[in-house]
Amino acid sequence: MQEPVVADTKTSNRELLDFVFAWPAWFFAVGGALNGLLVAAFVVVILMLMFGLQFLGYSHPVYWGFLIVNFVFWIGVSHAGIMVSAILRLTQAEWRRPVTRAAEVLTIFSLLTAVQFPLIHSGRPWRTMYWTFPYDWNRGAWPNPRSPLVWDPSAIFTYLTSTILFVYVALLPDLALARDRAPNPVSRAIYGVLAMGFRGTTRQWRIQTVAGLLLSAIILPIFVSVHSIVSWDFAVTSVPGWHNTIFAPYFVIGAVHSGVSAVVTVMIVMRYAFGLKRFITRDHIDSLARLLIVVATVWLFFFLLDFFFGLYGTEPAEVDTWQRRLVEPPWVVIAITFIICAYIIPVPMWMFRAVRRNFFWMFVTTILVNVGMWLERYMVVVPALERKSGLTFTYGDYAPSLSEFILVAASFALVILGFLTFSKLLPIMPAADIKEGQILADRIRVGRANVPAAMRE
Amino acid sequence: MAMQSQAKRELLALYEEPDQAADAVERLHGAGFEDNDIEILSSTPYPEGAFGEGHTKHRLFAFPFAGAACGMAVGIAWIVGAQVSLPIITGGKPVVAVPAIIQILYEGTLLGAVLFTVLGVLFESRLPDGVGLYDDRISEGYIGISVMARERRLPDAQIALEEASPIDLLSKEGSLMHAPGTT
Repeated sequence: MQEPVVADTKTSNRELLDFVFAWPAWFFAVGGALNGLLVAAFVVVILMLMFGLQFLGYSHPVYWGFLIVNFVFWIGVSHAGIMVSAILRLTQAEWRRPVTRAAEVLTIFSLLTAVQFPLIHSGRPWRTMYWTFPYDWNRGAWPNPRSPLVWDPSAIFTYLTSTILFVYVALLPDLALARDRAPNPVSRAIYGVLAMGFRGTTRQWRIQTVAGLLLSAIILPIFVSVHSIVSWDFAVTSVPGWHNTIFAPYFVIGAVHSGVSAVVTVMIVMRYAFGLKRFITRDHIDSLARLLIVVATVWLFFFLLDFFFGLYGTEPAEVDTWQRRLVEPPWVVIAITFIICAYIIPVPMWMFRAVRRNFFWMFVTTILVNVGMWLERYMVVVPALERKSGLTFTYGDYAPSLSEFILVAASFALVILGFLTFSKLLPIMPAADIKEGQILADRIRVGRANVPAAMRE
Repeated sequence: MAMQSQAKRELLALYEEPDQAADAVERLHGAGFEDNDIEILSSTPYPEGAFGEGHTKHRLFAFPFAGAACGMAVGIAWIVGAQVSLPIITGGKPVVAVPAIIQILYEGTLLGAVLFTVLGVLFESRLPDGVGLYDDRISEGYIGISVMARERRLPDAQIALEEASPIDLLSKEGSLMHAPGTT
């Protein structure tokens, strides 16, 4: 368990920077396909802005469809990235080293993708400034800070800014490495400016270590607040099925479940696409799978609490919403699919060491989790709005449109493209961190066993 | 002339092994150079004291607290100011309601803490830094020992660095070492 990476500095440098300085043909093919999806989504958004939300199939009372589902889903994925990174840094887990950067970068691009959807959904993205930032002194147009629609942007802005700065601070040594290894003067100059003259003095390394711990400690409460506030977009309304005190922790743990799964998926893809087999090992996937078993079970507990509390009050509207979610078609099919994908298939499989250490099965099960978690968000959002209430004369007639499916596909394209572009331009693995692990790695003899160990200050 | 002898110059020696670098630092200390005159450059963090250097003093821990205080102050000014400037009267509720604004204050406080911490990282790391001697071989795993010495002490520094068997010794003008087989 936890075998250290064994490679000399030159080999590590070469392998970790290989993708940054190379131009494989598949990069252009994949990038082109992803850009094609983005162009399709751009056309959909323009048409929606011209013809209104009904172009996507929204009408009274269901105005929150795939756009808000996507928003919640990507905010969720963004969470585990930073959570995994921050917790592993704070606990100084040795196996964190190859994991942290990918997790943090996934956070940035998930978050950037997530914020697109409320902007698009507003129908008039250029006006959202009026509703969120108090700046229009001349017209006296101020936002309403009692609304979670103002809390949301403040939380997301804080989280995005913090994550970008967190990644940048941790990137400084690797930017210096890229500067030193750059194949041409132009890229050397660019990396040089970004590295700000980092030379790797003992002082700079000491500050790096302390900064990693400090920023991790500050970012963790931000991470908790962001998805709590996203949950309050729902929970502070009086809509039955949403108005629930347990929504904040339920959303946070759901975000961790889908996010950690996404980190595993991304790491497995990176292992093969970027040639990082030496650095991403079965131990890493195994460790994350163990974490996932706990997270998934806690998430299931909160889901069941939400369900039981909904029924226990015997509020007709609440019971009606749950009946719609779990019994009536087509929701019953979605409910069964989501629970099977998010828990019933993956968690029992992860109990087996052979599965946890198998890249193929971990890839499949973590994809399944995110299919399930996307459907869970869909099940939270739409049935509650579809319910027939006092003055509702049209209800239950929402069906996703092709345009919405295009936007979902484009959201995945945007995250993948962002991640791929980052990996192309900057080291996706923290080279200095990995090399530090090699320096501190040792083997000790316990009885007749020779086991890996790591020194720690 | 007197000014020239007061000016400090930098030497940078490259070592293959941490033990050699630690030996160089010890010899520099023995020659009377202080920790402030010596920089140890590496492509990866080594445990503090690995090269016999002293404890790095810094005040990075103060930055997040200062940032949090500033962030909270800005948050209060922003959100309370916005509500007081254009009061939205909602039946029976105060214009400035703490439960409604606490989220903004929370985010403002943490954002301030992060921003100041990052500024603190740059300040305490002495970045941007484009002054000191550097060699690309450091990123290949070699350890650089840089020393700032006055002109008259430069020979002492050079001797101390050379005694620890560097693979190269550099000054601003270039390498000071002779290639094997040359004079």
